[in-house]
Amino acid sequence: MTVVGYLVNAISLGALYALIAVSVGLVFGVLRQINLAQGEVITFGAYSLWLMRSLPTWLAIVLCFAVCIAASLLLQVAVFRPLRGASALTTLVATFGVSYGLEALWLIIFGPSGNTVSMLTSLNNTVVGGAVALRWITLVEIGAAVVLLGGLLLLLFRTSLGMRMRAVAEDLRAARLVGVRIGQVVTWAFVLSGASAAVVAVLATVQTPLVTPTFGLNLIIFALVGVVLGGLDHLGRATAGGFIVGFVNSLLGSILPEQELVFVTSLTFLFVVVVLVVRPAGLLAPRGADVERV
Amino acid sequence: MSETVARSAAPAPTAGNGPGPAAPQLLEVSGLRVTYGRAQAVDGVSFAVGEGELVGVVGPNGAGKSSTLLAVMGEVRRAAGEVRLRGVPLPGRPENVVRSGMAMVPEGRRLFPSMTVQENLQLGRLARRQGRVPRLSDDEVAALFPVTAEFARRRAGLLSGGQQQQVAIARALLSDPDVLLLDEPSLGLSPTIVASVFSALERVNSLGVAILLVEQRAEMTLEFCSRSYVLVGGRIRFEADRHTSVETVMAAYFGGEPVASGNRP
Repeated sequence: MTVVGYLVNAISLGALYALIAVSVGLVFGVLRQINLAQGEVITFGAYSLWLMRSLPTWLAIVLCFAVCIAASLLLQVAVFRPLRGASALTTLVATFGVSYGLEALWLIIFGPSGNTVSMLTSLNNTVVGGAVALRWITLVEIGAAVVLLGGLLLLLFRTSLGMRMRAVAEDLRAARLVGVRIGQVVTWAFVLSGASAAVVAVLATVQTPLVTPTFGLNLIIFALVGVVLGGLDHLGRATAGGFIVGFVNSLLGSILPEQELVFVTSLTFLFVVVVLVVRPAGLLAPRGADVERV
Repeated sequence: MSETVARSAAPAPTAGNGPGPAAPQLLEVSGLRVTYGRAQAVDGVSFAVGEGELVGVVGPNGAGKSSTLLAVMGEVRRAAGEVRLRGVPLPGRPENVVRSGMAMVPEGRRLFPSMTVQENLQLGRLARRQGRVPRLSDDEVAALFPVTAEFARRRAGLLSGGQQQQVAIARALLSDPDVLLLDEPSLGLSPTIVASVFSALERVNSLGVAILLVEQRAEMTLEFCSRSYVLVGGRIRFEADRHTSVETVMAAYFGGEPVASGNRP
């Protein structure tokens, strides 16, 4: 049972990071730009749950989606649109700045010690007790990721919007020449990205109810590591990369003796450094893949 | 990016063999300029394509042929000049231009390689005008380009160059254009394949679609089109036809002035 417990926990953390990777990958796909501020959308969503703690849970969750989608669209209008045509590095730095600024803002508004969101606490009850506690939220996380990623696949491969998104991701100029309205597609990417951030915000706050100013940052850093690991220019591989990082991270946390848990982060990053040295286009990218685009 | 609505007082289009003097040509380009930074890629180009016509543009590498087509489509900014379709100025963005009855087969075909042939064609239908029976039905397009049906479910990137070119032309035709622009469709194809692509284009043209064909291969293009513009250094040097000798055109490539009666000073 212990091993199964470890694995299920690892899968659930992997699923969470996969969802974050998707939310970064969707925007990257259509814009070729990395949104480092995506973590702040998650933080914002989490704080919004705290602010709405007196509302019925379902309403708070619905509003959290609205908040995250609105925040995502705001980022598009306020940061990405003015920087259209700028280099990927410029946007990277700009979104890093936005992220830093927002963190300071959370600190000023909500303080450094964190706010506890006591929502859906029953999900933290154990399904199976024993040496490794398996909580309901773990299963909910896995289920949510499966449903969402499945839904996204259907959207991308079975709808006209999905086809247009894939066309833009593959060749923006050719897409425009056949009549794809790029602005529309980009807006949808930000909407979907905001919605995935909301899912992550809800799941993560149930799992770790203490919302601090670096709540989203801690998540996004690891997810981004996964995205780079998988290969940034392919949504499926980026998502799988996010999953792998979450999975490895969780397993390391379970396997390492308690006094060595501080090394989890360093070991994860060591893994990434090795991968990037050996396979610069990403662990999951096909051999000889074009590194320039990453 | 701001919309570029042309504002210059455009000189009258110069192409000669249109219908009446008052009737607008199908496609009229006048005083078109394209600049990249300080470089002048297209330097005041004027030409016209009549209803159902098959017109060529030839010129050496870097003459501004691609820039001209891309500017007509709105894919690169028109620094000056005007582009009209049936007398109506074309919008400044390609997604709108293609919805007004223009379609372009870009250089290098530019299919979506990881998408199936079918999906590529479906994207081509995106820009169809509402409430209009397409000039070429889907079946007619499929008949003209059999590979599109044969490999419908294959990824476009797995097709050969010639097959990709057929899919690219079919994709453009499915938007039901009045004018089809082609940028170097012969590029990288074997002579046999080029011949089959061109004979398909001939049939497309005979079904009423006007074609503006940009090519580096002058001899073939002069022979194929009813008339051709010779574009050198961002300017149209003169208008050639089937009777113009390749030597005259080549002389223009290297800066010689044509002795034949050009229609542009």
